[in-house]
Amino acid sequence: MSELIKVGMADYKVGSNPSSLISYGLGSCVGIALYDTAAKIGGLAHIMLPDSTQARSAENPAKFANTALPLMLDEMIKLGAAKNRILAKIAGGAQMFTFANATDVMRVGERNTEAVRILLKKMDIKLIADDTGGNYGRTVVLHLDTGIYLIKTIAKGEKEL
Amino acid sequence: MSDEILKLSMLQLDALREIGNVGAGNSATALSQIINRKIDMTVPKIAILPLGEVPDVVGGPDAMVAGVYLRVFGPAPSSILFLLPRDSAFYLVDMLMGREQGHTTSLNSMDESALMEIGNILAGAYLNALSHFTSLTLLPSIPALAMDMAGAILSVILIQLGQMGDHALVIETEFTTESDGVKGHFFLIPDPGSLNTILAAIGVKE
Repeated sequence: MSELIKVGMADYKVGSNPSSLISYGLGSCVGIALYDTAAKIGGLAHIMLPDSTQARSAENPAKFANTALPLMLDEMIKLGAAKNRILAKIAGGAQMFTFANATDVMRVGERNTEAVRILLKKMDIKLIADDTGGNYGRTVVLHLDTGIYLIKTIAKGEKEL
Repeated sequence: MSDEILKLSMLQLDALREIGNVGAGNSATALSQIINRKIDMTVPKIAILPLGEVPDVVGGPDAMVAGVYLRVFGPAPSSILFLLPRDSAFYLVDMLMGREQGHTTSLNSMDESALMEIGNILAGAYLNALSHFTSLTLLPSIPALAMDMAGAILSVILIQLGQMGDHALVIETEFTTESDGVKGHFFLIPDPGSLNTILAAIGVKE
């Protein structure tokens, strides 16, 4: 039975065909979709921050890219995915508010995206598509039957990765 | 030291809500004068919520909302975010621009300025109240506006909070006119250390 699995902010979920994984309202956060095309097993992480080692409070590993991704990968492998077949697609990392003199605090979307790219490279996972930046929110759906990563926005319509 | 927000006592929360009420009173007076109509504002609720649940306060992460964001400068640097459901934003804009209710269905740049001005007035009035109680000089930046999914707009402040802990301080604000009301949510997000500075200055530090 096809099921729509919700992934909240600072959370990740894994699943298999024919389910879909959805995360609503990504702003500066990044939605990282991992997918094994052969096994049709995927995972979606909605991370808020790049790095747990720079945070004051790191109780929730799903909040940070560097701690969420390895955990999600492990769960996918437990479900039957093979690491060498897993490909990544990412979306999000917007800057919702624009100030004339944007500080580092405001550019967190950009920093998130950059950190995720570096992390994927380090973990030897190939990034095959992305839709990042801009000043608008995104709702993302990872379809586990096809691996299509659907990006929905209010102002810019829909897009398939 | 994580989640200093969770360690707030009832007394401290009451103090923050009371400042909210005084600030809301000031803003209501200012708004009433601009649109020449009586508006009341109250702070019915102050809540501490897990980050993941904050978007539900404003109708879920994919609900369309208007958000006005300001930075606060001074001895207790903070961020302020004022969120309105889309319909409430249109309602306020119609009221401010002296148009018939239901006229606005999308925002032009004049409407956007009007909404930012509301955010400005609210933040200014709240900070005045806060400055009065704490004797700290707190000044708002110019406002920035976004109209998008609630989760996306909230992520801006949730990420700042997320660096410190997993909970947010939410001050609910309600506007009421003679006929009907609109609900807004006002988020005060002190930078690390600022909450302690504020509470110490009010004199309710444990």
